[in-house]
Amino acid sequence: ALREDALRKPRRREMWARAVWLGLRASAGGRRGFPSKAAPQGSRRVTAELIEHLERLALVDFGSQEAVARLEKAIAFADRLRAVDTDGVEPMESVLEDRCLYLRSDNVVEGNCAEELLQNSHRVVEEYFVAPP
Amino acid sequence: VSAALKQGQVTPTELCQRCLSLIKKTKFLNAYITVSEEVALKQAEESEKRYKKGLSLGDLDGIPVAVKDNFSTAGIETTCASNMLKGYVPPYNATVVQKLLDQGALLMGKTNLDEFAMGALGSDTGGSTRNPAAHCGVVGLKPSYGLVSRHGLIPLVNSMDVPGILTRCVDDAAIVLGILAGHDPKDSTTIQDPVKPFTLPSLTDVSKLCIGIPKEYLTPELSSEVQSLWSKAANLFESEGAKVIEVSLPHTSYSIVCYHVLCTSEVASNMARFDGLEYGHRCDTDVSTEAMYAATRREGFNDVVRERILSGNFFLLKENYENYFVKAQKVRRLIARDFVNVFNSGVDVLLTPTTLSEAVPHTEFIREDNRTRSAQDDIFTQAVNMAGLPAVSVPMALSSQGLPIGLQFIGRAFCDQQLLTVAKWFEKRVQFPVIQLQELMDDCSSIFENEKLASVSLK
Repeated sequence: ALREDALRKPRRREMWARAVWLGLRASAGGRRGFPSKAAPQGSRRVTAELIEHLERLALVDFGSQEAVARLEKAIAFADRLRAVDTDGVEPMESVLEDRCLYLRSDNVVEGNCAEELLQNSHRVVEEYFVAPP
Repeated sequence: VSAALKQGQVTPTELCQRCLSLIKKTKFLNAYITVSEEVALKQAEESEKRYKKGLSLGDLDGIPVAVKDNFSTAGIETTCASNMLKGYVPPYNATVVQKLLDQGALLMGKTNLDEFAMGALGSDTGGSTRNPAAHCGVVGLKPSYGLVSRHGLIPLVNSMDVPGILTRCVDDAAIVLGILAGHDPKDSTTIQDPVKPFTLPSLTDVSKLCIGIPKEYLTPELSSEVQSLWSKAANLFESEGAKVIEVSLPHTSYSIVCYHVLCTSEVASNMARFDGLEYGHRCDTDVSTEAMYAATRREGFNDVVRERILSGNFFLLKENYENYFVKAQKVRRLIARDFVNVFNSGVDVLLTPTTLSEAVPHTEFIREDNRTRSAQDDIFTQAVNMAGLPAVSVPMALSSQGLPIGLQFIGRAFCDQQLLTVAKWFEKRVQFPVIQLQELMDDCSSIFENEKLASVSLK
């Protein structure tokens, strides 16, 4: 689905990168994981399945093998957190957790700016933002 | 400059035009994405009328200001230096922008940044007000989280972002903070405590002051020049009667990793809004919604942004959420607690380096990828963002290469005034050679004609 962007004209450099990328995936046999040479001992392998999953969720693509390698490094980096003893420690969501969140009263004080907001969109029909099918 | 305006030594229009001329002369630096010349001149005209009638709005009336291009400005393109928002014209002003305009400041334009403020130099989220300030010899203040409204600041990390203030001296930073701080009903993360503008006292007696030096900040990567200036600063306080003690922030070595996980996770969420439908870039594909989203985001975001989104999505996967995201949140609490413990032990202000060294040349800078660079460059500044504390970088001296080096002061939460008071005392003692506007105007013609300066792009 995401790879079907044939209608978009890719720039030459991207085409080359894409060809290499697809070639790598094909040679790796599709669903088998392929470890990056740079991955340190015991680091998580980023499988082709995971790549597809992340690209689907994020709606951005890796674009190259280097980008995958960088993700592996980022994961290895994040793994350092395991060394910290967090037994009995509550997660911190906000530094202002000891304060009451301000809630204003539920009165309408602004709005009626549909026209202003619609101006920023590339494709509009009447008061609708238009998406492809 | 404000005094000069009030006394009529220079008019707002003259000042505005000098600034515009300087902007034009330094265009090769690519510092401005948008120069709002017409707007600024019109504002200058109105300011002038007010001064003539003796009705100036305050210290900021007629003062030229520039705003980083991730703050929304009504009617003026706001791009975050990203293709994704090219051509986007917000219909409203960020609260902090509005406050500056209400005081009569002249908006000169929108300044450049790393795409979506994601560079080592680019984010008020990990140090990007203090970092560039240290490299450029100006004062860079990050107020306490919750003191200044984020409404209209295109968000990177909601729990850490803070609008930062860059000025030539500490007094100016205090003035601007006094204007920008305060509860904003449009930003529910601003505290409700009343805030008044303040003038900084000129501290003479530091004998009751306790300065903390965190030992974990003495890293091997720290340049010997910065280390020696840091020492010198500590000795300065001690020689004038302050108590200077070594303290410990035990989780310092984990703060970069923690930040990396939290930042990428929040970013993955915050960047999800850019789909090409309501605003911003939209690709030409019309095959399907999904294809349109994907192509729009591929065209709109650069590599750094895409990588952070992907990393963030990884950490937020169901199978990873506890082990990475929640784990990082727990480590965040430990880091914040480290600071609380230190301040509870009687320390008023912490003194640390801001950067590892003076500014590094571009060619050297780009040798490492973005994550490595951020990890190195944000090392002294980003733990502060995780704890939500106020911090300020004050220029101290020029390096042997003639480049500025600044040091950082960190204060207790919501004690921004006290922090700035100490910073002001320090600024007065070190007498850093601040560039005066007049000398820059006079000298710049010859500088720019004779030297071939490489064009540096910050994108």
